[in-house]
Amino acid sequence: MIAKPAGSRTGGLAATPTLAAPRRSIGRRMLQSYQLYLLVLPTLLYIGLFVYAPLYGQIIAFKDFKPFLGVFGSNWVGLKHFIRFFTAPSFWRLVDNTVMLSVYQLVAGFPLPIILALAMNVVPSRRFRKTVQLVTYAPHFISTVVLVGMLSVFMSKNFGLVNHVLENLGGERLFFLGQPGYFRSLYVWSGIWQDAGWGSIIFLAALSAIDPELHEAAVVDGATMWQRVIKIDIPGILPTIVILLILNTGRVMSIGFEKAFLMQNALNLERSEIIATYVYKMGLLQAQYSFASAVDLFNAVINFALLLLVNRLAKAFGQTGLW
Amino acid sequence: MIKPTMQDRVLQTVLYGVLSIALVVVIYPLFFVVIASISDPVRVNTGEVWIVPLGLTLDGYREIFTDDQILRGYWNSVLYTVFGTLLNLVLTISSAYALSRRDMVGRNLIMGVLVFTMFFTGGLIPLFLLVRSLGLYDTFFIMILVMPNAVSVFNIVIARTFFQSNIPQELLEAASMDGCSDFRFLVSVVIPISGAIIAVLMVFYAVSHWNAFFGALVFLKSESRYPLQLILRGILLSHQLADDMWVDDSDALKHQMLAESIKYGVIVVASIPVLVLYPFVQKHYVRGVMLGSIKG
Repeated sequence: MIAKPAGSRTGGLAATPTLAAPRRSIGRRMLQSYQLYLLVLPTLLYIGLFVYAPLYGQIIAFKDFKPFLGVFGSNWVGLKHFIRFFTAPSFWRLVDNTVMLSVYQLVAGFPLPIILALAMNVVPSRRFRKTVQLVTYAPHFISTVVLVGMLSVFMSKNFGLVNHVLENLGGERLFFLGQPGYFRSLYVWSGIWQDAGWGSIIFLAALSAIDPELHEAAVVDGATMWQRVIKIDIPGILPTIVILLILNTGRVMSIGFEKAFLMQNALNLERSEIIATYVYKMGLLQAQYSFASAVDLFNAVINFALLLLVNRLAKAFGQTGLW
Repeated sequence: MIKPTMQDRVLQTVLYGVLSIALVVVIYPLFFVVIASISDPVRVNTGEVWIVPLGLTLDGYREIFTDDQILRGYWNSVLYTVFGTLLNLVLTISSAYALSRRDMVGRNLIMGVLVFTMFFTGGLIPLFLLVRSLGLYDTFFIMILVMPNAVSVFNIVIARTFFQSNIPQELLEAASMDGCSDFRFLVSVVIPISGAIIAVLMVFYAVSHWNAFFGALVFLKSESRYPLQLILRGILLSHQLADDMWVDDSDALKHQMLAESIKYGVIVVASIPVLVLYPFVQKHYVRGVMLGSIKG
């Protein structure tokens, strides 16, 4: 009885629509729908405790965190940890590894889902299209551990399929997993294998939103399929492309921890050590909590700055931005 | 429809070709893993196997299914996935429904508080310290609470959009005329007619629990609590480089080859739950992604 939506009591069944109902005081309306607040409460408590509290906890980057003093009791030390990180011998290598890996991933990985979607959109056979979708989406569901496991069995120097093929073609067996030079390519191309299909979904959705009349009119005017792809399809999904490009660029520094960590070994560390894995090692394995937090925070700030920059650029070129 | 021109047909043929290549590139590694897992280890590791399984054997699987560590990891993962997904669904559906109600005062503010966390999240280190100080380190509960989180704001957005466009306002008005409370309306009206979105959410969440690795790495210490992914890491990756040293002793080599080919079986066993589930839910799943569009 308590929680009735605004309007239903005064309005009665027939005449008054909800919006036209007389406004009651905010307090009463809130009281009336108290059950709705109870429904959100657990989520809010959860987010408060496990997301906002750690967000605030980042201040230990400016402190010397001592477990017995806690987050609040530890002493402020200003930028000490940041300065230590910036002047560390490994600083530039870490930044370089992180940025190069992400940029490689972005440049190689971004266009493929678009091409895949454009191609799928044009082939006439519905059945073939469904098959391609079903198959190319599948690897997305494989876990990172399994994916890296597959990489290591396929690329193994003595037992791996890839090296058997290389040898049969008259080439040399290559030590893919142990040579730092191969790390980035393995990382990026296995990622493309896993996610290019999945990434095409959003572009397919954008393509299906294009008005079919445009195509019909173009066909009547004698446009070829290729011309329609170039002149109708691509401009039609351009806003989606731009927004995704902004979002992906905004993630350049937050490249996944899991995969890089799993692909790391003693021999490829010089390329595979990225900021995220460094934070894990410094913070959790060596218990340098404040220092690791500073590194993490630096990463997040750079990331956000990039997002702002790309958003601004997109707007400058007359495209829709995120905000 | 006007007849396709010559040029169009050439383009179509090229596209069929390109997509067929993509199809093979994606499917072949998966196919190879399956045939390698049931072939004679020696013939796999010397490169004889590549289209059909040779020297059929289930030895690898026998080893896997008698391995206590793997079985325990499997069981742990099942538990984490079931309970984790349940908690996910309860939190997501209840909050998304409340936030979909236009008569809820302040819902935009609450939404803002939630969406903010999609862009800014707390760091790993403070989270770790928090978990430890709450006494949740190395417990069952932490595995269903964080990484993946107990509730994903992205999924709340998807579910809320669904409720807003699929639960008719008249239904709510009629129900509340009859004295139905919001709780009851959610349980007896909204949930029964929202099967599609619940299926999507369930799969989203279940897959993320099943595949999760990082949370267990950071927050668990006891091996008896390890989920499958962490056990897998030990089997698949711990000897990465050792495998690439030649062994002269032929017995040792044979042993090494068996160990190597067990990996194929392990990959199959670990991926089967998600890959079997996937074709059935694919349609829903894709719809879910589209509902939540833009965010990528």
